[in-house]
Amino acid sequence: MAALVRKDLRAELRTGDTLPAMALFSISTFVLFHFGLDARSLEGDLAAGVFWVTMLFAAVLAVNRQFVAEREEGGFDGFLLAPVDRTSLFLAKAAVLFVFLVALQVVAVPAFAILLLEPSPGPGLPELIGLLLLADAGIAAVGTLVGALAVQTRAREVIVPLLVLPLMIPVVIAAARGTAPLWLEAGAAAVEGRWPLILGLYDLVFGLLAYAVFDYLLDE
Amino acid sequence: MTQAKFSRGLVPLSIVSVVLLVGGFAMVFFYAPNEADQGFVQKIFYLHVPLAIVALFGFVAGGVYGIRFLRSGDRTYDLRSYVAIHISLILAVGALITGSIWAKASWGSWWVWDEPTLVSFLIVFLLYACYQPLRFSIEDPERQARYAAVFAIVGGAFVPLNFMAVRAAESLVHPRVLSTTGGAMPGSMRVTFLVCLAGMALLFVTLNKYELTSKQATFALRALKRRLAGDDDWVPIRRSAAPQL
Repeated sequence: MAALVRKDLRAELRTGDTLPAMALFSISTFVLFHFGLDARSLEGDLAAGVFWVTMLFAAVLAVNRQFVAEREEGGFDGFLLAPVDRTSLFLAKAAVLFVFLVALQVVAVPAFAILLLEPSPGPGLPELIGLLLLADAGIAAVGTLVGALAVQTRAREVIVPLLVLPLMIPVVIAAARGTAPLWLEAGAAAVEGRWPLILGLYDLVFGLLAYAVFDYLLDE
Repeated sequence: MTQAKFSRGLVPLSIVSVVLLVGGFAMVFFYAPNEADQGFVQKIFYLHVPLAIVALFGFVAGGVYGIRFLRSGDRTYDLRSYVAIHISLILAVGALITGSIWAKASWGSWWVWDEPTLVSFLIVFLLYACYQPLRFSIEDPERQARYAAVFAIVGGAFVPLNFMAVRAAESLVHPRVLSTTGGAMPGSMRVTFLVCLAGMALLFVTLNKYELTSKQATFALRALKRRLAGDDDWVPIRRSAAPQL
């Protein structure tokens, strides 16, 4: 599994296929929101919503690319020939997607703070990081599952967003509602306990589920 | 062939579900009292809520059949999963439309966003609306069945989780019909509602059986045609979202 993770990360480092696109995409989206909402700065609910929807769309980009190399270069066959557990591919792919998302947010959070966010994200930063990690885990699990599902279909680019967006609505609800009090104009307020709880439950349920059914998505 | 497997008991089942549904709706108009607040409009409740509940259970049932398909590899479970989701989607459209009408009549607008049950239902509907496109875009029938089963399982787990998340996020405008307190319905209304719910559930089962039977007849017919035409010039099967046995 570690080898698979290393392979994907190295491929990304050498080609820069996905991450720069995700980062650029998020920043463009922030700019778009600036004009679309005609707002100089955002705070609270609106800021959290804009931020999380952008993160989700950026994640869709990564999910679209996730298994393309495997399919086009015959990586699936190579993997299936190797004497390893099939679910290790799921774990590796999900781990890589998680790393991508974290790396994206290292860029996107400061960019968002500079471009759109009214209050400084400083005071609520530990809570924000916790929410980011919880949400990323859920996005990584479901995204990997959908990526594997969609890569074999004829209409991959269409199927991925169609499936990912409804499945991620609970993540967006919990993450955005959780983040909103951290970004209040009046200063960061406490995060309600139920949002991290829902995120954690989502991670747990879909992590286990994806782990259990991933086997069936590999064949030949 | 597994002939007459799905069609068994179809006639009595159809009769019972028609009787129960007609009886239920007769009770709606002649037995259940008008609701004090909303008056006559509230009677759409006896159609809307059973539609929604049965559709959600149908989606979950599709997931359960998905699990059974993956475990056994028996293609009839794929067919059952497909049919359950298909019929549930149709019921879900009905639930959304009746819900929207009810919202207009009692809250004054066609769509109410701070309405957790309605919103989560829409999300579930949007997700399952992708089921058929997903199936259609996979050509290999064996892979199509497997992927559809994975989708059905994920969707089935998503239904309750999604309801939880949306409900946590929104205020409570929607009456809780089957909450632990019983939603404070008077007895006659509750009996009527339960009859309607049972009728709708039976209708779901009946429609399921009809579609399964019809599909099975199509497969049998196709097999016969192929045998008649010989192996040389049989027509290849059209690409389809529906499972092929």
